[in-house]
Amino acid sequence: MMLPKKELGLLVLLVVISAITEALNPLFLSGVNLLDMANLIGLFGIFSIGEGLTIITGGIDLSVGSMFSLLGVIFIDLVANWGVGWPLALVAVLAGGLLLGAIQGILITRARMQPFIVTLCGLLIYRGAARYYTDDSTMGFGYGNDADTLSWLAAGRSFGIPHSFIFLIVVSLILGVVLHRSVFGRYLFAVGKNEEAARYSGISTKLVITGAYVLSGLLAGISTIFLVFYTNSVSPSTFGNFYELYAIAAAVLGGCSLRGGEGSILGIVLGTALLQVLQNLVNILGIPSSLNFAVMGTVILLGVFADQQLQKRRAVAISVAAQRARPAVT
Amino acid sequence: MDPLLELVGITKVYPGVTALDDISLCVGRGEVLGLIGENGAGKSTLMKILGGVETPTAGTIRIDGKDHATLNVNESMRAGIGFVHQELNLFDNLDVASNVCIGREPRRFGLVDRKQARARVAPLLERLGADFGPDTAVEGLSIAQQQLVEIAKALSIDARVIIMDEPTSSLTLRETERLLRVIAELREGGVSIIYISHRLGEVKSCANRVVCLRDGRIVGELAGEAISHATMIRLMIGRDLKALYIPPEAEPRQGGCELRGVITPGFPNRPVNLVIRAGEILGLAGLVGSGRTSLARAIFGIDRISTGQILLDGTPVDITSPRQAIRHGMYLVPEDRKRSGLIMEMPVVENITLASLGVYARMLLVNRNSELAASQTQRTRLTIRAPGDQTQVVTLSGGNQQKVVLAKWLSMQPKVVIFDEPTRGVDVGAKNEIYILMRELADRGVAILMISSDMEEVIGVSDRIAVMHEGTISGILERPQFSEYNVLHLAIGQELEMAEAQ
Repeated sequence: MMLPKKELGLLVLLVVISAITEALNPLFLSGVNLLDMANLIGLFGIFSIGEGLTIITGGIDLSVGSMFSLLGVIFIDLVANWGVGWPLALVAVLAGGLLLGAIQGILITRARMQPFIVTLCGLLIYRGAARYYTDDSTMGFGYGNDADTLSWLAAGRSFGIPHSFIFLIVVSLILGVVLHRSVFGRYLFAVGKNEEAARYSGISTKLVITGAYVLSGLLAGISTIFLVFYTNSVSPSTFGNFYELYAIAAAVLGGCSLRGGEGSILGIVLGTALLQVLQNLVNILGIPSSLNFAVMGTVILLGVFADQQLQKRRAVAISVAAQRARPAVT
Repeated sequence: MDPLLELVGITKVYPGVTALDDISLCVGRGEVLGLIGENGAGKSTLMKILGGVETPTAGTIRIDGKDHATLNVNESMRAGIGFVHQELNLFDNLDVASNVCIGREPRRFGLVDRKQARARVAPLLERLGADFGPDTAVEGLSIAQQQLVEIAKALSIDARVIIMDEPTSSLTLRETERLLRVIAELREGGVSIIYISHRLGEVKSCANRVVCLRDGRIVGELAGEAISHATMIRLMIGRDLKALYIPPEAEPRQGGCELRGVITPGFPNRPVNLVIRAGEILGLAGLVGSGRTSLARAIFGIDRISTGQILLDGTPVDITSPRQAIRHGMYLVPEDRKRSGLIMEMPVVENITLASLGVYARMLLVNRNSELAASQTQRTRLTIRAPGDQTQVVTLSGGNQQKVVLAKWLSMQPKVVIFDEPTRGVDVGAKNEIYILMRELADRGVAILMISSDMEEVIGVSDRIAVMHEGTISGILERPQFSEYNVLHLAIGQELEMAEAQ
């Protein structure tokens, strides 16, 4: 299948930025650096996809960063202090993510509260709960637990490729099919573009929207495991701070419109990759790391601006084509 | 007659299309010029040029004998051209005076001088016979009242030509009459009006002269006595239109939809009893706000009914959501297709299959090919004029958009279809096609309820007419009793006996 224009543009941007960075510092395309980036793309990509789904329904999920903190401390506590086996602890974390997502989804659809507010309160509540739960102290695994297998699964490498990246590919493929080929995916776009018309077509719009938040919660749960084994400890006040913003940035850069109804999995993954390349570029080119956010912000702004200009031109082309195609009335 | 506004040889070419081709027309002082033509004929482009939004490719605009090659928005305003748009452009959160003076607020010490604004607006409202004052919040006004505010706004810039684009599309019959009176008064006060409408009855009653556009050209002009429905329709479509009424193939059969003591949330204590027989088109007339749309929403499960029963083919059905209504084969073609009928930025095919996507899916994955096949079938069947299945609905004309809404339901198994204002904003040619489709559906045994504020349509298309008044059915007319007079009398709540006596 041909690559849609938006994704193609993003890919070109990614390649151009990479080429420039490589020209300035050949370390950029070294194996070590590439695999490092792949790992980070994997870590950030998984929950960015969940974020993208909520954005496609016309909502937003601001709570994922705090969810990592709360689910992270629960996971470490279960494994390190309560001696719970890792499979059970894993299930608990995934179920936790699912549950929090479901609660947010229900508040948004049944209580008709705005997604921004519901998930902003989630952000505050989960972070507070995590800090209270641990007395604000960092939690680590300590010695002698049986989570080595899971640690290898989450932070290990096969054939040199980080598992987080492999997992991102798998998640993207599955959710790519779900979003772009399944009935649920079509409903997501329909609800995001025009909820009322979707309801008038017999779609259970509340269920569809809740589904997006449940998926976002579940993917946040999965990401928690990867992130916990990436840092091997959780400081509840800083763990996952601002990560929801990375996710929103990746989704928007990848073509999701905050008005809803637009976006693609490939776009979100490419958006995540671009963000990580930018971060890496700041490090590798010796740009002061304090400028990190500023560089990211500038690129997103330019990217979205360029995209809107292109869309405007396309809209004109469409309307001209439509007028031309409209047959003369006789 | 002394022309106030004259267009000479106006041409507008977009890349690939000529939207307007050598248009010349003039508007005299105190004249009402009716502008008619099907959707896409070029009326809007012409009006945009007058409003200064678009620049003509060639031609001259002459105002008071002064030539302009182009106009910008300010020049147009200064030249005394005012607009009353189809979609009202008012700020709900402000009061009437602020809306009228918007952008030209009288100031004192750099702040808005509310007193002076009120003083400026009050006489305008009085002149229009408005029943509200300059302090009223626009939020609380009806659409008809908001329209008066728009007209006041046009008058406040000393507009000498007011362009009204489909001003009555959301008005009740009574409000329409009042607007026509206002127009007559304005005309007597020397204001000229360009009146754009699909409702030929109104054009006939208010215009001195009618100009018809087709495919970007002026195809004819009628004046005075020559203005009639038949002549206007002939100009618009270039041929005579067949009579609206197509008789049913057979008598209505058993079954259909029955409402027993249904009470909608909007009208407590006003039970509705109504039978829509399978195979008939039941027109539902009434003033706007009489509860017709509430009833449709209740049957379709958008609002829950408080009490009463809905029976389908004699069995009570419990409908609490559109999903359930659809499952029972009860469909709604909503009043506002852009808001509730279509997903405008989605392709034709996805709109057509949206309500029955499960049919085109295996293992929850949509089968693209079977979906496209269904779309092609429906496009041919309904003669939807679209470049392809992947065309976004937003680029289609009103009539074709409405056909996409119909295609969505026709690709399924309808038993009862409610049409709420099925031809609003639809051009004459497509209107007729929609009537033919409704009749075909009825002949297949579908029960059809057609809500309409267009009197010609209600009388022309229905097999029976039910009239609503204040939330309940005030009477049912059989074909021999059909007349505007009877419908109106029932609509304002008079007894059927009185109406029959006519």
